[in-house]
Amino acid sequence: MIEVLSNAALATIQDRGRQGYLRYGVGTSGAMDRVALAIGNLMLGNPDDAAGIEIPLFPFRVRFTQDAAFALTGADCSARLGERPVLPWWTLQAKKDDVLTIGVPASGARCYLLLKGGVDVPVVLGSRSTQLRGEFGGFLGRQLKKGDVVHAAAVESVHSETNDAAGFGVTPPSWTLGELDTSPVTDSADTVVRVLPAAEYESYEQDSIEAFWRESWKVTPQSDRYGYRLGGPVLISKHPVEMRSHGIVPGVIQVPPSGQPIIQLRDAQPSGGYPKIGTVIEADLWRLAQARIGSKLRFVQAGYEEAVDALDELDRYMTKLRNLVGLHRGTRP
Amino acid sequence: MSPILERVLDATTTGAMTSERPQQNVQRNAHMMTPSDPDQQPRISLLGTSAMLFEAPGELDLQTQRRIWALGQRAATWEGIREAVPGMSNLMLTFDRPPRQPASLAAALHDAWEAAEELSLEGKTVVLPVQYGGDFGPHLSDVVAHTGLTVDEIVALHSEPLYTVYALGSHPGYCYLGGMDPRIAAPRRKVPVLGLPGGAVSIGGVQTGVSASAGPSGWNTIGHTDMSFFDPTRTNPAMLAPGDMIRFSVERIVR
Repeated sequence: MIEVLSNAALATIQDRGRQGYLRYGVGTSGAMDRVALAIGNLMLGNPDDAAGIEIPLFPFRVRFTQDAAFALTGADCSARLGERPVLPWWTLQAKKDDVLTIGVPASGARCYLLLKGGVDVPVVLGSRSTQLRGEFGGFLGRQLKKGDVVHAAAVESVHSETNDAAGFGVTPPSWTLGELDTSPVTDSADTVVRVLPAAEYESYEQDSIEAFWRESWKVTPQSDRYGYRLGGPVLISKHPVEMRSHGIVPGVIQVPPSGQPIIQLRDAQPSGGYPKIGTVIEADLWRLAQARIGSKLRFVQAGYEEAVDALDELDRYMTKLRNLVGLHRGTRP
Repeated sequence: MSPILERVLDATTTGAMTSERPQQNVQRNAHMMTPSDPDQQPRISLLGTSAMLFEAPGELDLQTQRRIWALGQRAATWEGIREAVPGMSNLMLTFDRPPRQPASLAAALHDAWEAAEELSLEGKTVVLPVQYGGDFGPHLSDVVAHTGLTVDEIVALHSEPLYTVYALGSHPGYCYLGGMDPRIAAPRRKVPVLGLPGGAVSIGGVQTGVSASAGPSGWNTIGHTDMSFFDPTRTNPAMLAPGDMIRFSVERIVR
């Protein structure tokens, strides 16, 4: 269906994630930017649990080995299908032998390439996501490489609106959902996310707690799907802390003894013992997914109610989009 | 308001409670760092909107862990709970959807803990030959430095007990073991080490375990064993389960 032409370091097959196996030590994996994955699937009329390709390194090139509809979401990539520009957050029909080139994004860090029908790889422990540590799921449990041929699941061939030459797109969620404000005002290039204080928050020195909220945190080069290691002021706890190992989830901000925080992400281990100063709220993890290495993060304190409201807001946004796309496609949502 | 509700709300609201006199307010402070104080109540906190963590008071021992297993079995049946995940004398509950009233869930956890009897899981025993030290045990010297014991003493103390699998976590098939001699405890590393091979036998704080596949770790790697712990093609993919037992036999010591 598509053949990978790039040395596609770090590109992986991901879906919504693998749920229900934490007690076997299996983390959720799944798309770092689940909003982008979900929107791509919506645009193509795919099932919600369909898998796509997460691309964090550019340029990335594939060749279509047969006609196929695809969508590009996530980072603001400069893509071309043959010589023809493809807008971000857009779906189009490719012809056999078309080459899709996804260039370096103007903004954002991860692009999602979705195929109509969804990527056809076996479901392992309830998900198609790649479990890199366990070497299973996704494409043979590993990152894609040059020469790999990725197939889409067969779909009934009906007359399709995606045959129309122009395709269609949606506005990026960052426009609709808006960027978040901070005080003092953030550099517009910074990524702002909301954080709930976690269990060990109070064990940090007051100066450290103030710095945590006030300062910008650099996303260091040792940042990936496992987690973002941040650089900034050293966070100092009032006394050494040795926790017993316990379950953790994506978004948890751990502070190892170096005092430099690490945000646990989709490939993070599902348990840990470093103290937790906060948790990036689930509704903002997609924002974090698009923060580039070398860019800066800012944390805004949120309350629990607000964090749950933010998830509801995200749901409403997705429902609205589902209805709009349904109208456009002339199908029931 | 009961202390348990206050603790959850502390953990979920601003977190801005001043901590000038934390010692006077152990009961209502969710952020206290005394997990092993036997007189303390359980600690209940939220991991964002995704999960709730229950930490049992008291020592890290088999009696406590058996009650955690019981609590997990119970809580896994509650509405809105996606998964109950035992840790080391603690239990994480993940949510299908975040509860609007987390305090009620915390209260339910608290009550269920009070009622929890020890659940005795009698599992199988596995013997794992270990090569201690050398290239596969790069941090054995750090444990020597920290404990003041010799390599031989550390190996003897580590390979002596029959360890019980308390919980699985960290990565697919990894077992957290209870029963390590506290004399060989050594703090987790300041910076996690990347790219350790599978089969790494390591010490983190008062805990020990064996990695099931290659990856990063913040623990002190003291040796290596060969064992396959995980098969994703099986419905129950992990080879070992809570209640199973492991004994390390000394295959070789590399100095």
